[in-house]
Amino acid sequence: MRLYVAGNAPNSLRAIANAKAICEEYLTSRYALEVVDLLKHPRRAVDDGIIVTPTLLRLRPLPIQRVVGNLSDTNQVLLTLAAK
Amino acid sequence: MVAPSPLAVTKILTGIAGFDEITCGGLPRGRTTLVMGGPGCGKTVFALQALVNGARRTKEAGLFVAFEESTRQIIANAATFGWDLPALERKKLFFLDAQLSPEVVKAGEFDLIGMLALLEIKARDINAKRIVFDGIDVLLRLLDDPAAERREIYRIRDWLSRTGLTGVITQKVGGIGAVDQHYTFLQFMVDCVVVLRHEVVDGSAFRNLRVKKYRGSGFAGDEFPITLTTEGMQLTNRGPTELEYAVSDKRISSGLPRLDNMLRGGYRSGSNVLISGAPGTAKSTLSALFAAAACARGERTLYVSFNEGAAEIVRNLRSVGIRLAPHLKSGLLKMYSTRTRGPNVEDQFGELRAQVWAHRPHCMVIDPLSALSTKIAHVASADAAQQFLDFLKGEGITVVNTSLMDGINTDEATATGISTMADTWIHVSYVVQDGERNRALTIVKARGIGHSNQVRELTLSDDGVSLTDVFAAQGKVLMGVARWEWEQQEQAGKKRSLAATVLKRLQLQVAQAEAAARLQVVRTEMEARSAEIAVLADATGSASKLVQTDRAVLRKMRHADEEVRVAVRVAKRVGAKNGLARNGEPGLI
Repeated sequence: MRLYVAGNAPNSLRAIANAKAICEEYLTSRYALEVVDLLKHPRRAVDDGIIVTPTLLRLRPLPIQRVVGNLSDTNQVLLTLAAK
Repeated sequence: MVAPSPLAVTKILTGIAGFDEITCGGLPRGRTTLVMGGPGCGKTVFALQALVNGARRTKEAGLFVAFEESTRQIIANAATFGWDLPALERKKLFFLDAQLSPEVVKAGEFDLIGMLALLEIKARDINAKRIVFDGIDVLLRLLDDPAAERREIYRIRDWLSRTGLTGVITQKVGGIGAVDQHYTFLQFMVDCVVVLRHEVVDGSAFRNLRVKKYRGSGFAGDEFPITLTTEGMQLTNRGPTELEYAVSDKRISSGLPRLDNMLRGGYRSGSNVLISGAPGTAKSTLSALFAAAACARGERTLYVSFNEGAAEIVRNLRSVGIRLAPHLKSGLLKMYSTRTRGPNVEDQFGELRAQVWAHRPHCMVIDPLSALSTKIAHVASADAAQQFLDFLKGEGITVVNTSLMDGINTDEATATGISTMADTWIHVSYVVQDGERNRALTIVKARGIGHSNQVRELTLSDDGVSLTDVFAAQGKVLMGVARWEWEQQEQAGKKRSLAATVLKRLQLQVAQAEAAARLQVVRTEMEARSAEIAVLADATGSASKLVQTDRAVLRKMRHADEEVRVAVRVAKRVGAKNGLARNGEPGLI
């Protein structure tokens, strides 16, 4: 999974915390999470077509799934991660 | 552009004809402008044109952020405008596909910080000066929270003021004129608000533009008709209230030498000429002559025709000896053929303006202008023709318009009022007489030009177009075959009188020769007589001498003297007769 954030903006900090909590709780250790800070690497937004932050991508299994927001809605996040 | 002063708002030109005028220079530089309107109003075109104009004319790079459509779609749509976006995209424009698909899953609040970070980098990369956020309403709807919407809008505004970019934000509003209440804060926040409106009147679409707000600048607040042409959007402003054109005394040929003579030197440069007449009166041919002559002088010419294709026109004109094909090939002549489309003539005049800007002609033909003016169905379009002719005059373009007049009582009347705008009005009418139909050309008016009041007959043949004097005889104007017969009769009469003169001279010469001959006879006779007299006198002299001699001898012999006096008297008389003959020829015959 890849999480795009923007520095220490409130939504971004919350998203990082939420993502880590969800992964730990529901995926235990069956995951890899990369956090990309767009303030440090703005060009990377082009690669995945990122418009808003935070955005979480499920890279595998394909197809890629994406969810936007600070991931406070755990159910939505889980639904997206489980989508086929 | 307004002269920049430290306090005044500096502006950037949008390249949208008319808009830059009503806002006294375009959009506020380094500030944000909101363009709002219902669907299909041309918001995206407005924003894109402002961006493209910067890239093309002032070499200012720009960013385009598309929330609503994919950038691919936008580039494809703009292809009709001939802006060559793909080429610009490589150097001067960056399109960011910021389409948020409807399927995107939202799990909590989000913001635009990441996107703005990317845009900042891109702006620095290409040294962008302008940016467009197209379809901000799509983003706002996704945020779905008034507080978050406001927060992100302010984030964009702060970002714009920090980066110093000139921003254009477009926002779709539902329905005509209605604005979703909780989006109104956008209008307060920005420095300039442009409202676009789209309405349908009698089945025809009309688009309008109004500047609602412009901080720190004057502007015309009326609603102006806008049109989308092949060169992009343009706005028709009402034109200057005071008519002030550069006027020229230069004359240019109408393409027909005799018509030039009738006008004492041709059309006035920069004026508009109206050729009116019934169908088939060679209005098109006369206007094509003008176009061909302009091209022959090396002047760029735009030929606009309605409801007849360019290839067709070129072929038809060839039959009267007018060749346009070489000029088309050289690029001097541009032919634009279109069909009249419904009552919204504003759009069509808009397209013509775009054609004028693209081709930059010196001379122009609109054949027929009445195709546009007779379809007027909407108040806003009523003075479109006038505005267009004003525009051409302002550009110094000499234009020949034709106007179709059919019906019965339309001899010298134009329902459309085009004639009042025309500087020179030439009317071609049919004269039906003696079983044939001929074309009669007259100059109805020619402002500021002395002109002939004579009717001329216009004839078309394989050799071309010509004007011929018409004859007035027995209270009738003679044209066509009647004129030809009259000419023939005149010629025959002339021939007859010439022959009579020759005959008379010959007769006189004969009489003269006779007299001379008679004179010769008399003279010869005279000489003969003179000779005779001389001979006679001689004979008489010798005889008297002989007599005297004899007498003298006799006297000598007789010793007499009395006879001498008699002899002297005889000699004197003979001498007087001889003197008269020598004194010249007698004048009498």
